[in-house]
Amino acid sequence: MTKLIECRHLSCAYGNTIVVKDVDLTITSGEFVGVVGPSGSGKTTLLKAILKAIAPSHGHIDHSPGLRLAYVPQVETVDWNFPVTVTEVVVMTQSQGRWWPRITNAERAATEQVLERLGLGGLGNRHIRELSGGQQQRVFIARALFHQPDLLVLDEPTSGVDVRTRHDLMHLLAELNEGGMSILLTTHDLNGLAAHLPRLVCLNTTVIADGAPNEVLTSSVLEQTYGAPMEVLIHGGMPVVLEHGADEISRRLSRRSAS
Amino acid sequence: MILLGLDLFEPYHFAFFRNGVLVATIAGALCGVLGVFVVLRGMSYIGHGLSHAVFGGAAASAVMGLNYFVGAGVWGVWSGVLIGRIARRRIIGADAAIGVVTTASFALGLALLNRYGQAKKSIEAVLFGSVLGVKTSDIIAVTVVTVVVVIIVVMAYRKMVFATFDPDVAEVTGVQVQWVEALLMVMLSLTILVTMRVIGTLLISALLVIPASVSRMTTNSIARMLWVSPIVGAASGFIGMNMAYHLDTSVSATIILVAAAMFAVVYGATGVRGRVRISALHHV
Repeated sequence: MTKLIECRHLSCAYGNTIVVKDVDLTITSGEFVGVVGPSGSGKTTLLKAILKAIAPSHGHIDHSPGLRLAYVPQVETVDWNFPVTVTEVVVMTQSQGRWWPRITNAERAATEQVLERLGLGGLGNRHIRELSGGQQQRVFIARALFHQPDLLVLDEPTSGVDVRTRHDLMHLLAELNEGGMSILLTTHDLNGLAAHLPRLVCLNTTVIADGAPNEVLTSSVLEQTYGAPMEVLIHGGMPVVLEHGADEISRRLSRRSAS
Repeated sequence: MILLGLDLFEPYHFAFFRNGVLVATIAGALCGVLGVFVVLRGMSYIGHGLSHAVFGGAAASAVMGLNYFVGAGVWGVWSGVLIGRIARRRIIGADAAIGVVTTASFALGLALLNRYGQAKKSIEAVLFGSVLGVKTSDIIAVTVVTVVVVIIVVMAYRKMVFATFDPDVAEVTGVQVQWVEALLMVMLSLTILVTMRVIGTLLISALLVIPASVSRMTTNSIARMLWVSPIVGAASGFIGMNMAYHLDTSVSATIILVAAAMFAVVYGATGVRGRVRISALHHV
């Protein structure tokens, strides 16, 4: 197993505010890793540091030589009104050594192949706004795959998508991982996504726990990560996280509607 | 050719008009190309501010007896890069900082011309443009900048589109976003520099915004916008210049009014679809 990414004592700060502190993290080829944590826990900052989009304030990040990374941003951050078609988005990453920007026939064929694989066949000439939510997200995965990465990095891939889309996405990512692609993603969706992954990293500024869901999804780790009491049940061999106090809220609300 | 009692070819007997038409048409096309990136990046205000900053440089170079292109060029490019850096940091008050820098430069230009210049004439020429002042050197300058800009936009097209659409991902994928942005600011400064003599400081940002907005209403593809926008810009320059002669109106005002009329026609013709498309263009 070759090491793709190695972070040693990694810290990141915006001004005087430390967002990520003393993180040690290694990702080897073929892994599928999820980073979980509450909003503001430094998940996106850690991803950006790993992608070398921001410089760490302390520590090191090593990429294996010639590592190809592809990044899928959160769908909420995309400007859907930007005047580009699906094909134009997918070929965007291929910009090295080009004299004339026209999409070549070879690129068009390769794009069509990737789109077909992601269930977007025949939509190449559509404007990105004219797609459904699930299709929109897959366009960005298509762009990432077109870049032929060794490591696919996704930021909150299931935020703002419906249950069906999440399900399809999980199948797609599992299939890619089985095909040998390494995947790193962030999520705050513990039950819908994180519990299904082989390896989880619980982050709250620093790494609280790192391991299989059965090992890290425990009440004490989650309480440290989220700063709120949580209960973990085992259902069909898989951990299911329950928020403490949810039953209390529903009791209060039902009492109000009854009165 | 006689139309409605007007001899349409009459002005072409004058060398100044032939030069003016040529510069106005090329300038329209040039502003059309860069305008696409200006409106999609929400940089309309930056274009507006930059033209004011260049005015300061133009005045200072006039007073110091420097060549216009050298003096205003250095000043303009420097302000462009500076504004780009301020805007990039996205600190609170970036707009205010840009406003202060550019209007101060503009005010300095006015004061310098008041104090040392043949004030009134040259101030009006710089503010509103002057077709009489167009020299061969202007034609050469605008042509050279246009050729350079077209070559850069063609060669760096995908990088520029990527950096505009999705700067974070572009950076990760190996596009040097900071350089692309600096390059854009330099091209914008040079464009303002070489078109300012005809269009003038006050109306140049309109020529950056209107043709690009018209093109946005007609298509959902940035590649097609980059064809449509320069055509609209060049047509505005050409038609505006001719109309200004026959109507005896200000050249820059007429060019902008022609562009605005095209905007109104396309706005009406594309209906709701066009309105939806331009509603997303922001003005920063």
